[in-house]
Amino acid sequence: MAIDATHTLVTGFSGGRPVRTAGRDSARRVTLRAIGYAALVVAAAAMLLPFFWMVMSSLKPSNEVFTAPIVWIPEVFVWDNYVQIWTDSGIGTWIRNTLVLSIAVTLLQLLTGSFAAYGFARVKFPGRDVLFLAYVGTIAVPWQSYMIPQFIMLSNAKLTNTLWAIILLQAFGAFGVFLMKQFYETVPEELAEAARLDGLSEYGIWRRIMLPLSVPALASLALLTFVNTWNDFLGPLIYLRDKELWTMQLGLRNFVTSLYDVNYGVLFAGLTISVVPIAIIFLLGQRYFVEGIATSGMKG
Amino acid sequence: MTTTSAPAPSARRRRSKLALRNTLIGWSFILPNFLGFATLTLVPVIVLFYMSLTNWNIFGNAQFVGLQNFIQLSKDGSFRVAFLNTLYYSVMHIPLTIIVSLGLALLLNNKLRGLAFFRTAAFFPYITSIVAIALVWNLLLSPEYGPVNEILRFLGLQNPPGWLTSADWAMPGVVLVSTWRDMGYYMVLFLAGLQTVPRELHEAARVDGANAIERFVNVTLPCLRPTMFFVTVMLTINSFKIFDLILVMTQGGPGQSTLVISQFIYRMGFEQNKFGYASAAAVVLFFLCILVTIGQFLWDKKRSS
Repeated sequence: MAIDATHTLVTGFSGGRPVRTAGRDSARRVTLRAIGYAALVVAAAAMLLPFFWMVMSSLKPSNEVFTAPIVWIPEVFVWDNYVQIWTDSGIGTWIRNTLVLSIAVTLLQLLTGSFAAYGFARVKFPGRDVLFLAYVGTIAVPWQSYMIPQFIMLSNAKLTNTLWAIILLQAFGAFGVFLMKQFYETVPEELAEAARLDGLSEYGIWRRIMLPLSVPALASLALLTFVNTWNDFLGPLIYLRDKELWTMQLGLRNFVTSLYDVNYGVLFAGLTISVVPIAIIFLLGQRYFVEGIATSGMKG
Repeated sequence: MTTTSAPAPSARRRRSKLALRNTLIGWSFILPNFLGFATLTLVPVIVLFYMSLTNWNIFGNAQFVGLQNFIQLSKDGSFRVAFLNTLYYSVMHIPLTIIVSLGLALLLNNKLRGLAFFRTAAFFPYITSIVAIALVWNLLLSPEYGPVNEILRFLGLQNPPGWLTSADWAMPGVVLVSTWRDMGYYMVLFLAGLQTVPRELHEAARVDGANAIERFVNVTLPCLRPTMFFVTVMLTINSFKIFDLILVMTQGGPGQSTLVISQFIYRMGFEQNKFGYASAAAVVLFFLCILVTIGQFLWDKKRSS
């Protein structure tokens, strides 16, 4: 149900009633529309100009980033900034670490999340609902409030300053279980019933029926998890000390603070490199992003 | 299976056997995730409460000190500043984000052209990393040469604010950026909610002569209640725990003007290694979030009945 409703959200803007216009009403309607469009244009500009400025500044020589009046588009594109960020910083290492983390976390989250969600959605046993409440309840508990005991535990386990720490931190979130359970509950019970009569075990039903059916929900969860892990800053900040372990976000942040005289053109080149993969992933999977987020909010 | 051959008296035993089987199967599904979830979330939360009652520090000494940390916390000027700053941020950020994102959602719900493009644009800040956003806005807001103030001067403002360099304007600056980042996300939630408002209700109200504002107040808002509830809860929790944006943008400065609770916890815990004391502050943050969420739940329940 939830997913269906959000389908309309994504695709349903086109189908509408014919607009009835009646004399003086229509003039007001046109003005209102014009105001609406004007508001949209202003809002869109406000949202996109910072990105445009970032990309353009990555192609400027350092001393031209701040000028009055603003130069939106540089006269000569300084591609050298991109060469410099590559040679002057560990950006190759950062990208590799971030990719390793994002992929590992996403796979683990998909696997354990959808597996647990099936247990919550389709197997009835005592204590199930209380347990699920504990899961959902932790969504209201900020990570910042238990980061210290968590850090001490992981450091006792000698896992701090390893990529494992971040994988463990991110991979078992309640959100994935919640999202997948929401979806599984929309699948008609008769499908599973029929499979059960055919002798399929619960694991078989999860594997052969639920997983293939939930590809859109899995895609939502995968995209949200990947982006989240790619963008995570606090986890790496606390856990990763060695330069060889830095992620994109931590590296860029330290790139700024470690230099007395930051070459802003080079910095912007680095920022652009960190944003572009996410932008592409988002544009390709936009539908699933919006669905995933709308679904998580549907329960209300 | 075996059930067909079993005689009637054992029906109860059969049922309890089935229940046991279901319990085992259920737990086997949940266990892989639960092991991680329990060790990394549930246990730390429980340990947190114990730690907050000790003077645990870097040397591993942990003596039980009762409520000592909380008493000290209540006298700590920095903590009071952090607490008030967190509330100040929330009081600005929550209503502003609701107004802007609901406004955008209402606009988008009007079948204007270019919606798909706009929805993409609005969502873009939300999926971009905090570090990139914070660094870019830091420079955009720089008082002398930043584009924002340049635009303000162009619009005729003689003395534009010093933003992150000024104690008075730093927090509004952070709120500006976080609202800019969050509005696309909440707009999507509101849009999904608006889809559930029945068209017939609007038509009926129109026939009864209700104008646009009356229709919004009497039809749209009541239908949006579940969405509004979810949005307010999420926004409140996210505002109370605000940290990474501030850490990269201002590091709590200038002075203590943007120091928030999460950063206080971080400073005490990871910079000064006073784990017990930091845990006490974390307990305060924990209860702040939980109590406000429960309060909102009860209020929502009362209104819906």
